[in-house]
Amino acid sequence: MRKIPEWRRKIIERAEKAKTQPAKIGPDIDLDDFKTEVPEQNSILTPTELPTEVKAEVNIVGIDPNEKLRSGTFFQYDHSVMLARVLKSFPGVEVMSTSEALERYGWLKDYWWAAVPVDQDKYTAIAELNQTHGYFIRTKPNTKLTLPVQACLFLGTQGVMQCPHNLIMAEENSELHIITGCTTHSAVKRALHVGISEFYVKEGATVTFTMIHGWAPNVDVRPRTGAIVEKNGTFINNYICFRPVKTIQMYPAAYCNGENARVRYHTLIYGLKDSIIDVGSKAVLNEKGARAEVTARAIGRDQSQIIARGYLVGAAAETKAHLDCRGLLLSSQARIHSIPELEAKVEGTDLSHEAAVGKIQEEQLNYLMTRGLTEEQATALIVRGFLDPEVPGLPDQLRMEVKRIVELTTEKAL
Amino acid sequence: MTLLEINDLHVNIGEKEILKGINLDVDAGEIHVLLGPNASGKTTLMMTLAGYPLYKITKGNIFFNGAKLNQMPIYERAKLGLSVAFQTPPEIRGVKLRDIIRLSAGVEPWNPFKEPNETFATPILSSIGLNPTIFRDRDVNVGFSGGEKKRSELAQVFAMKPKLMILDEPDSGVDVDSLKMIGNAVSKYAREKNCAVLVVTHYRHILPYIKPDVAHLLCGGTLIVSGDPYEIFSKIEEKGYCAYIDVCPPAIKALLEKGGG
Repeated sequence: MRKIPEWRRKIIERAEKAKTQPAKIGPDIDLDDFKTEVPEQNSILTPTELPTEVKAEVNIVGIDPNEKLRSGTFFQYDHSVMLARVLKSFPGVEVMSTSEALERYGWLKDYWWAAVPVDQDKYTAIAELNQTHGYFIRTKPNTKLTLPVQACLFLGTQGVMQCPHNLIMAEENSELHIITGCTTHSAVKRALHVGISEFYVKEGATVTFTMIHGWAPNVDVRPRTGAIVEKNGTFINNYICFRPVKTIQMYPAAYCNGENARVRYHTLIYGLKDSIIDVGSKAVLNEKGARAEVTARAIGRDQSQIIARGYLVGAAAETKAHLDCRGLLLSSQARIHSIPELEAKVEGTDLSHEAAVGKIQEEQLNYLMTRGLTEEQATALIVRGFLDPEVPGLPDQLRMEVKRIVELTTEKAL
Repeated sequence: MTLLEINDLHVNIGEKEILKGINLDVDAGEIHVLLGPNASGKTTLMMTLAGYPLYKITKGNIFFNGAKLNQMPIYERAKLGLSVAFQTPPEIRGVKLRDIIRLSAGVEPWNPFKEPNETFATPILSSIGLNPTIFRDRDVNVGFSGGEKKRSELAQVFAMKPKLMILDEPDSGVDVDSLKMIGNAVSKYAREKNCAVLVVTHYRHILPYIKPDVAHLLCGGTLIVSGDPYEIFSKIEEKGYCAYIDVCPPAIKALLEKGGG
């Protein structure tokens, strides 16, 4: 057993104190229902070695086993890191388990739980007390990564509780793209995923993070995410949730801590079956020139319950943020609750929001039907348009890839 | 042959009867103008022909190309070749104009992976004077000016290759150049494809471009006069709709005398 360093011990103490504290929002989960002991998996050399059924599952959440248009791969199965590698043609990028990174880089202690408080609730606490890897992805200064690193967090064992802690760092003037796909083995009926993600976007750097959730109907999900964006840095966060789930509650927070820091959230949620999905986006503008743009699109089908939150904080002058949340109900039993919040703390901050929730207008359906579309075709077209995945600021290739994934997931969901 | 045949058509919106026995025949390739004061039933007639469920046929029949339309869903009428250009079409966010034009023609929405440069909607947009590099990617009707909406509607209608175009005030709120463009485009399409046209308008300015065969005056839910378009327009322009008061049914006559010009 390695000796636990003093700094970590203090963090663990804080976690211990918070380990029974429920989250402020979202249904409470009994952590004792899940197991932390699961079989270890063998490591592999390339994602093509994954079992066939796993490859099929992860492909749907944006993970390409052939690593086409990817710069590297991280694959974690329950608690085992099966693969962490960067393809040879991409120097200046590191991909490894965070446990390994903590041992290798002593300075990481300054970043561990610096963007998310470890004692926020019992989920952050359990993620520290039961941490099992997670990915460390870092671009060195001035590295411009043209293709995304793909990272997969896979639930493979019935009843498992998976607690990865991810650290993503883009050093000065670098560009980093990540596609994270999360899904489950078809044999897994019940499981809990508590994923911690901390982003550090240094001066002039850009991180584009696209997370695709394709869980199963009885899986609980409690990600905890924080991003610190420095001067002239940009953090783009795309989130897609397209399969039934038991509950998801998350409220990622991005802090613009440097001048002209920028944050862009783009969220697409399909509520299916009995899913309870409570997802928000928070942006805090702490320095002048900071900007945030939040768009969320939620579709409620079946008996799904969706809460779409947004929280913009203007804490410095010459800042601007806008929140745009739209919900579309496709079932009379589904519910979408939009909760936009704006908090201006100083003069000279410009915060705004627009929110609209409702059913498809009959006038729109009739209009499209006069063009020869059936009601079903017209509905699908409107839904697709509603989820328009255009995210400004992405390089062409990545935008096409995100679009392709969204199209694919839309087809699965509709 | 008779393309559109309307026999003794009565239509209600809710409990209220709007159309009170319309008879109208349109032959293939004919161009008809429909006139009438506000609230005379022009829109109701168009929407009933299009198949909007709000408009209930209580009596009478509509035949199109030999098929009875009365109960036919909107999209089946469209497939038969009946096509409508709306005056105020709804905005649909996220639905691209190019995709509506393609779908109107039965072509799949644009997929840049299969078709690097869009080649279907682009020439149609050019032909109607909408810059394709701008309008291809616009959300349909969102932020369109009045004239842009008319052109966008025509682009969709042309893509459908209709046998009958129903145009709701294609000339209202557009400038002289747009009017000429729209009028010529309609006329060219109609002559080349032998497509019949039923156009609702308040103004004679479009007549020289579309060269109508006949005009009908709708008043109080019935057609009171059919005849030479220029003659009818001249009379209305001189004396207002009251010019035709003598041919009105008594109930409508009273209405016109009360409010008409």
